Amino acid sequence: MIGILVVSHSEDAAKGIKDIAVGMSGAGDSVLIEGVGGNDSGGLGVSVGKIFDALSAMLPKTEGVLVVPDLGSSILSSRSAIELLPPEDSSRVVMADAPVLEGAMMAAVEASGGSDLAAVADSAMDARNLQKCDH
Amino acid sequence: MAFTIKMARAAVEKFNAVIEEKKEYLTDLDSAIGDADHGINMNRGMKRIIDKIQGKDYADFGGLFRDVAMTIMSVVGGSAGPLYGTFFMKLGQKLAGQGEVSVEEFAAAMGDGLSGVMSLGKSAVGDKTMVDAIDPAINALKEHAPEGDAAAWDAAVAAAEGGMKGTIPMLARRGRSSYLGERSIGHQDPGATSSYYLVSCLRDAFAEG
Repeated sequence: MIGILVVSHSEDAAKGIKDIAVGMSGAGDSVLIEGVGGNDSGGLGVSVGKIFDALSAMLPKTEGVLVVPDLGSSILSSRSAIELLPPEDSSRVVMADAPVLEGAMMAAVEASGGSDLAAVADSAMDARNLQKCDH
Repeated sequence: MAFTIKMARAAVEKFNAVIEEKKEYLTDLDSAIGDADHGINMNRGMKRIIDKIQGKDYADFGGLFRDVAMTIMSVVGGSAGPLYGTFFMKLGQKLAGQGEVSVEEFAAAMGDGLSGVMSLGKSAVGDKTMVDAIDPAINALKEHAPEGDAAAWDAAVAAAEGGMKGTIPMLARRGRSSYLGERSIGHQDPGATSSYYLVSCLRDAFAEG
């Protein structure tokens, strides 16, 4: 099983994007999707510790985890959290350079088909080319 | 004279006090080109660091800077958290097991910290970031070390200040301010400003012995 971790500046946004990815991808129990966000006082921001804890909880249950961050410090904080993991764990984490909602969604669809982490990451990154208003 | 663990601790405490005093100024700088949270975020992070280190006895730089790094990474919330966190983490790793080092050794450790920051942020000198204050400070420490430690620290502070002011005409290439493009020109970078304060606090702690 592949894990997908949504990282946002807002805890509500992270949970909401997770809910959309779970609900609309039809991934069900075949993918472990989590969302983490907000600073450690619950305000807007990102906490390396929260991301680290989420990854540490997800990695034992999964082959690997795709991190889908929103912007700026979500990316830096995710990179820092990954660096803090033991090397055998950090090698099983990939970060997607993708729009957060569409990326999480497309990754969930790909992962639910049994693809490996590299293919799931590629699908998330394909979300950059998604045209959503042309029909 | 060596740079000691006592000085490092005093520098962290001074940095907390300066950030507290300058938090509104930092936030003003950040509201011009960023998301107006640098002062508040750093203030929250530094206060928590003081809570964390209070009453703890550190035998070496590694333990102190690791506690500073882990706290700032998890508490600061903005990009400054992982960036300063990485700086202090690498600084501590380089100086682990030591409680006093020469100015050259401390400068080398700061160089490791800065490399970590640049690799995490994919930033270079001239991108209008904290790198623009810390890089010239490290160079000045190394260059002026033969004139004595006090002269080297004074030169480092002057270089960091010059670097900080040098960010004003720069075009931001990293972070939230880079979204502004040309409009980022003419504003002093808040990260370079807080980094200048950090270098000043290290110097002041050294000067007080």
